[in-house]
Amino acid sequence: MTNRPSPPIAMLAELTHRCPLSCSYCSNPLELTDRTRELTTETWIDVLGQAASLGVLQLHLSGGEPASRRDLEVLVKAARDVGLYVNLITSGIGLTTARLDALEAAGLDHLQLSLQATTADKADWIGGYKGGFARKLVLAEEVRQRGIPLTVNAVMHRHTIDDVGAAIDFAATLGARRIEVACVQFYGWALANRDALLPSRIQVTQAKDTVAKARRAYAGRITIDFVPPDYYADYPKACMGGWGSTGINVTPDGTVLPCHAAATIPGLVFDRVTEKPLSAIWHDGSAFQAFRGHEWMQEPCRNCARRDQDHGGCRCQAMALAGDAAATDPVCRHAPSRPAIDEILAQQVAVSPSFVYRSNKREKTSSVNIAAR
Amino acid sequence: MTTDPVPLLPRGTRLHQDRVRDTWVLLVPERALLLDEIGTAILQEVDGRSSLAAISCRLAERYGAPEPDVASDVREFLDGLVGQRLVDYQ
Ligand code: SF4
Ligand code: SF4
Repeated sequence: MTNRPSPPIAMLAELTHRCPLSCSYCSNPLELTDRTRELTTETWIDVLGQAASLGVLQLHLSGGEPASRRDLEVLVKAARDVGLYVNLITSGIGLTTARLDALEAAGLDHLQLSLQATTADKADWIGGYKGGFARKLVLAEEVRQRGIPLTVNAVMHRHTIDDVGAAIDFAATLGARRIEVACVQFYGWALANRDALLPSRIQVTQAKDTVAKARRAYAGRITIDFVPPDYYADYPKACMGGWGSTGINVTPDGTVLPCHAAATIPGLVFDRVTEKPLSAIWHDGSAFQAFRGHEWMQEPCRNCARRDQDHGGCRCQAMALAGDAAATDPVCRHAPSRPAIDEILAQQVAVSPSFVYRSNKREKTSSVNIAAR
Repeated sequence: MTTDPVPLLPRGTRLHQDRVRDTWVLLVPERALLLDEIGTAILQEVDGRSSLAAISCRLAERYGAPEPDVASDVREFLDGLVGQRLVDYQ
């Protein structure tokens, strides 16, 4: 790499791994960071300032549940003060009306509310938290009345994808301008739960139909972003503009990652904001340099006409399924490892196994049963 | 809707001067739209009070361009954003 990378556009700040829910597809790592290792308020404020100077425009405050941090309002204010567009990604649990007041006063731009399911029984089962859905509804109504710009983020998998129409209607009644209907991506907790989460091909086809109809019905009212599961695609999803090209991710303890799942790739060395300036990490950090450009690519990606479109797909998925982070994403129909995906699809089980819920104790599994599909 | 609506940047959409890239951007949920000079000029006139005609008139004067051309550019640009729910007409 000789070209200096252009500045990042977005930063995902994972403020904490603490969360009242324990979704089986959580994108946090299997090894969760303890509260005592979280960055201090002062360090976060400094990092936000560095991010803005580096060229970051969008800040996504995430977790875990970011509301688990008591200084959330302070961080929102600090981010706005340096000109960042502040998006809060939340389950809604832990946000009281008083805290919403404070967040609005601090200048929160936008709120993204996760939706585990559209009914209480199912949502609480999926989130592993009884009463969570009812609390989310109260918060959502409060957000609607205040007119806080809202995106609903409905996570789709085997147990929810058939309800995609209901999820979109639900988002519309909340006054959301956008809904993201993204299928679970399989790494981390979701990979551990893949058999319980992967939808069938028929489910995916039906969901595409439903989304197309909803797009017509809600045209001009609500934007629907739909990301079907890539296992059924011929080509991989594009790695967000290319590795180390648009996004930067800071974990609760200040580790800086090129993507939220990058820590699943062994051999990468990550810098920390407590040790190096953010701009040095972005420009020269070895983990960021690892998959920039085309040098690292193998065949068939290296000479493929689509290489600048999808950047060879997802590095983390290549690692997880082909055992080599520099391999072609196994989803690609040109990938030598595509048979691995076809094998997974062929072996789909008729009855869903129970979830391994996200927790600090890995052995905890679901004791609840809902009608297996 | 009237034939000469008043455009307005809704809450959650804001114009931002990006000093690092030396350009103006429209910050919206999940995205930042890099604006060219024309887009910037149009959005800077969107104040929630001026109608499309008023905005076109001001821009035509400032750039010494024929008003019907400016009006159709303004309309097309803002209609596109309205379609994505990034600008409201009232
Ligand atoms: S071969 Fe590589 S670059 Fe080409 S489509 Fe497949 S993943 Fe993308
Ligand atoms: S490597 Fe995979 S998970 Fe990471 S940003 Fe790219 S596509 Fe997303």
